[in-house]
Amino acid sequence: MSDGHASHAVAKTGWGGGASPFAVGDKKLGMWLFIVSDALTFSALIMAYSYVRVANEWPTPFDFFPSIIFSSVMTFVLLSSSLTMVFGVAAAHAGDRKATVKWIIATMFFGLLFVVLHANEWVHLIEEGMTPLQNPWGTPLFGGTFFTLTGLHMTHVAIGVIYLGVIAWGFGKGKYDGEDVEVSGLYWHFVDLVWMFIFPMVYLMSSRVN
Amino acid sequence: MSTAEADSHRGLFIKVWLGLLILTIIEIVLAYIHFDPHVMLAVLMGLSLVKAGMIMAYFMHLKFDAPSLSWILVVPLIACIMIMVGYFFPDGYRILQYGVASIK
Repeated sequence: MSDGHASHAVAKTGWGGGASPFAVGDKKLGMWLFIVSDALTFSALIMAYSYVRVANEWPTPFDFFPSIIFSSVMTFVLLSSSLTMVFGVAAAHAGDRKATVKWIIATMFFGLLFVVLHANEWVHLIEEGMTPLQNPWGTPLFGGTFFTLTGLHMTHVAIGVIYLGVIAWGFGKGKYDGEDVEVSGLYWHFVDLVWMFIFPMVYLMSSRVN
Repeated sequence: MSTAEADSHRGLFIKVWLGLLILTIIEIVLAYIHFDPHVMLAVLMGLSLVKAGMIMAYFMHLKFDAPSLSWILVVPLIACIMIMVGYFFPDGYRILQYGVASIK
């Protein structure tokens, strides 16, 4: 910026930079902005799901066993992974590298468990004849919206497990600091948060009640 | 976050986690009680919003950050979602009232 009275006046009002109005680091603010945009992506998909659902005879194919049991256990697994992640972030800020890596690996284990359970659920549905274009129960769009919504979420979980692995490895070696762990935690909690909407809308609202 | 602060938060986080588990169990039970699907959807979405709020406030640390951060993140998000609701729901209501024109 050029010298002179104008730039002085600008710096005093805070427009010249150097101020931190949100009192967070740039990485954390960046991750939050990504989360807001990603939340809108999921909102759009959930809205589309609801819209298609209103306009069609919607199937209710999810039996209590295995689908609802599996998806409930998946919900508990994701919630627990958020708890271990919170402990990991706390350990990272306390400077305890061993405990941080331990908690992050626990989080990754729960994340992997979620992916395995969900993939199992997908295989079960595919074996019953469900594809993105057709299914045995009702409107063909059910498969398309189901696989898009839960597939995008599963992709987020899988990417999150890899992301956490990189962070745990780098933090263990002293390459990353507490803020990096905290930022990866934000992403992980967001993936958990999205499932809190997908689970009731996709599974509970389509449970087969006799 | 200091070590002492982290320790005092640990019990709080476990309480939040237990709260989230209980709300989830309530949701599952609600899904098996016979009542109007519209009311059920509203109740389930209400509970999900509470859960999302708990995750954001405690796990994602927003409650302990500067209030300006919450405002700059949550308000535009809600505004954008309301715009989507404004487009989708009147049309969804039209479909519910008048049905879908058959293309056959």
